[in-house]
Amino acid sequence: MTAQLLALAFERPAIDWHAVAPELVLLTAGCLITLADVIFLEKARSFTAALAGLGVLATAIPLITLATSGADRVLFGGAYVVDDFALITKAIFLMAGYVVILLSTNYVAEGDYWENEYYGLLLASLMGMIMMASSRDLISIFVALELLSIPAYLMVAWRKGDARSNEAGLKYYLMGVFASAVMLYGMSLLFGLAGSTQLTDIAAAVASGATSTSATTLAIVFIIAGFAFKVSAAPFHTWAPDVYEGAPTPVTAFLSVASKAAGFVAILQLLYVGFYGRADVYEPLIWILAAASMTLGNLVALRQTNIVRLMAYSGVAQTGFIIAPLAVAGHAGLGDQALSTVVTYLAIYAAMNLGAFAVIITLSRKTGSAELSSFGGAFSYAPGLTVAMSFFLFSLAGIPPLGGWFAKFEVFRVLTSAGDFWGYSLAVIAAVNSVIALYYYAGIARRMWADDAPEGDLAPVPTTPSLVIALAICAGVTLAFGVVPQIVARFTDVSLLALGG
Amino acid sequence: MENLLDSWGLTAATFVPMLGVALMMFVPKEKEDLHKKIALVTSLVVAVIGVLLLVQFDLDATGQLQFAVDHMWIDVINSHYAMGLDGMSLPLVLLTMLVVPLCIVYSWDHFPAPANPKAFLMLILILETGMIGTFMAQDLVLFFVFFEVVLLPMFFMIAVWGGEDRRYASLKFFLYTLFGSALMLVSFLSLYFLSGAESFVLTDLAQAVAENGISRTAGLWIFGGMLLGFGIKVPMFPFHTWLPDAHTQAPTVGSVILAAVLLKLGTYGFIRIAIPVLPEAAVEWAPWIGLLAVVGIIYGALGCLAQTDMKRLIAFSSVAHMGFVMLGISTLTDFGINAAIMGMVAHGLITGMLFFIAGSIKERYHTLDIARLGGLLLKAPRMGWILGLSVMASLGLPGLAGFWGEFPAILSTYNPANGLPVETFRTYMVISALGTVLAAGYLLWLLQRTAFGTPTEEFADLDIPDVTRHEWIAWTPMIALILAIGIYPNLIFRVTDGAVDASLNECLQVNTQEMSAEDIEALHCAPVYNLGSGAHVVDEHAVSGD
Repeated sequence: MTAQLLALAFERPAIDWHAVAPELVLLTAGCLITLADVIFLEKARSFTAALAGLGVLATAIPLITLATSGADRVLFGGAYVVDDFALITKAIFLMAGYVVILLSTNYVAEGDYWENEYYGLLLASLMGMIMMASSRDLISIFVALELLSIPAYLMVAWRKGDARSNEAGLKYYLMGVFASAVMLYGMSLLFGLAGSTQLTDIAAAVASGATSTSATTLAIVFIIAGFAFKVSAAPFHTWAPDVYEGAPTPVTAFLSVASKAAGFVAILQLLYVGFYGRADVYEPLIWILAAASMTLGNLVALRQTNIVRLMAYSGVAQTGFIIAPLAVAGHAGLGDQALSTVVTYLAIYAAMNLGAFAVIITLSRKTGSAELSSFGGAFSYAPGLTVAMSFFLFSLAGIPPLGGWFAKFEVFRVLTSAGDFWGYSLAVIAAVNSVIALYYYAGIARRMWADDAPEGDLAPVPTTPSLVIALAICAGVTLAFGVVPQIVARFTDVSLLALGG
Repeated sequence: MENLLDSWGLTAATFVPMLGVALMMFVPKEKEDLHKKIALVTSLVVAVIGVLLLVQFDLDATGQLQFAVDHMWIDVINSHYAMGLDGMSLPLVLLTMLVVPLCIVYSWDHFPAPANPKAFLMLILILETGMIGTFMAQDLVLFFVFFEVVLLPMFFMIAVWGGEDRRYASLKFFLYTLFGSALMLVSFLSLYFLSGAESFVLTDLAQAVAENGISRTAGLWIFGGMLLGFGIKVPMFPFHTWLPDAHTQAPTVGSVILAAVLLKLGTYGFIRIAIPVLPEAAVEWAPWIGLLAVVGIIYGALGCLAQTDMKRLIAFSSVAHMGFVMLGISTLTDFGINAAIMGMVAHGLITGMLFFIAGSIKERYHTLDIARLGGLLLKAPRMGWILGLSVMASLGLPGLAGFWGEFPAILSTYNPANGLPVETFRTYMVISALGTVLAAGYLLWLLQRTAFGTPTEEFADLDIPDVTRHEWIAWTPMIALILAIGIYPNLIFRVTDGAVDASLNECLQVNTQEMSAEDIEALHCAPVYNLGSGAHVVDEHAVSGD
């Protein structure tokens, strides 16, 4: 009887359960963690982190079965799509999430912070990210964005006793909400123009030229600006250094990799499925964002004395590199290449940047400081960590045979294959910037290798198994991607254009 | 055995050092002797592979790539794992394989502070992989990767084991080279796209450029990018300023490897990639390259005269000597480039020796200030004589290796390739000949101030040990080669000639006096080669095309 009533009131759309299985598994894991807190109280602390890690790994299983089954799955009339692009980006989010859990394990426990809530929020944020990878509708994109952002606002302020952490949380929240508002305004304009929230419908409307150019331009600029905040592209990057510095370092790692990647995934979907036809609008916009982010991020990074702030600015510069291929994405025949390049870069960037943060977290267990000077002489008491850090830093700088070179190479390849002034000029700007970046990356490595330890303190660094595993994963992946780039390239050879038309 | 060498020889030569590195990773740092042995054995195994390759190398086909392997490496960008050995790369590969074990032997008992042989030797082995790989790579992406692999170990070697100013010098070295190679990469990529080549393999690229053509402006820009990348590495004037700093601050072994092999990566890039792939752009750039080379020769020599530090003086002499190599290359002739390769090998051996000796002097006197040295022949006669021999070789005394690098390079400028301005190059010839006089001047002056005379007061009573056993082992092969090549230069020329000839575009080498006009026309050379009837040929084509 009740079932009948419900059926009358609400017609359930057909759901492909296999397609949403990753989301369901992750949701279950999140619920289990929350329940465990209620049932076991304090005793739950000992296994929450492990439970969260297992939950993330379990989520990867349906991803693999989906990948082997092959076919693209379209749900909710095209608002939610599981294709190769969605699968590979979800895989990147999950790997990044897993490493962040490994990094958090001891940090959260030793800091005596609340654990269940931390991991619950972390999984919720991850949930938003893997939803983002499939969202092809303005509403689902916005919901996914808020789902991944709101837990992040809380996690940034997790060190409650520290004023900096509180400041960071508030700053991140206010700036984030402001960006959301700007973006929503852009979305509402787009809805007004197209009469639909579906990206495919929007594509048909804005590309036809029937809509007013100025309104379309305004909408696109607002939406991209909103996400430029998320990926910390200059000039929307000003929150990043303060938030990165104030947040607990594992959360910083999470923001700088996973949250940034989610922003890129959203930009890619909007650009390719939504307004691919309007290259005249987005190409110049992205050219400016890329050139400004690279140059500004690198120049300011040169002057930093705190490694986390330095990584924040280097992250801004890396954003410029990641976004650069999109500045020529509208050129004939380059769309798919640019897309694969961005996804490749995100995968490699996740490994090397998380690795760098893993070393920072490990070393600060001894030094208790994030000042650059505290890194001096690390080679004498922690040679393994120093070598690992050099791996990650030079990978970020793009030196072969470490993963980063292939990412940079791909960016140069797309830019030069555009074959026009805009492509070449951005390639030259990128080339000059990669030299500037090397200056501070190599500077950190040089400190660790060649300087003397502060106060001659040569005590070894206390490591933990989970940190070692995280480092091993990141270092292995960084090296493997660099020596045999085919590993990553064959998975990132994806396309969004078939859908966008 | 032969088959194994054919398919795996080059791969083994390149990656055996990495096996050594992997092994050393698992040996604790304290077992220093074990580390030294592993490193030495590894580098000797590489040298044995090198000898086997040399034995199997077909000297009648030096122009062809031998032991070539070609597998797909990165599908998405059509980059291959393509390796090969021909007459141009063989001498440089063997030089690398010789220098590395000698360096390991040399540093056996005296590692520069802060010791740590494990890390130091691992870096040397990684360097070896990068250097050998660069000389063998036949694919531009692969070449780029190896070219860059060399940077990291050298950076750390200078930054950790270097002298007082090591922090500045190491970063300067790194940034300069990376700046060049970033633009070089952009050039490589544009070349690939504009030529429409099937892959990054050199032969494919050269063929695509020859068939599809590439616009003059694009060719000039691309060659310019490579010029920057390779020129900084060489280093050519005015990009040379990193070199004296890097050399002065690097530990002895680092200086030796830097001088003996690393600088050659740049000149090798010109003759392996830039000139064969873009011969027409090369013709237009050549006079400028020649000019920079000549400026380098004179500037380097004058720089030497002003130095007070022995190591810095040798570093500046490198700028001058590499100027001769670049001058030979800029003629774009078979003769000039052969001379250049000879110059590369000779400079590698001789300057390597000079840095070895400088390192040993520094270890004994704790200074390289020329004014404070003196009377080396009295204190340590054997070392004094070895220094004398190396100095003579360096200034180009006939009968020693240096002569065969400098003299033919100067001679080749008398008759540069087709399309090059003959008068300009003959002017270069005169100026560079003056450079040899200056070279004799500063080198003999160096010898006079350090080896002759009586020891200065502060060292008068100091007991200076003569050449030690490890030094003998490290130096004898190099001295023997300096003498052998000096007496019988065909050791090198015989190997390189065929390969250089094959790498050069036919139009560069046509003898307009001996060939009939019809035969020249049949080559369809571009007007840039200035073969008299060139423009005419193009016109005729236009007509027949209609």
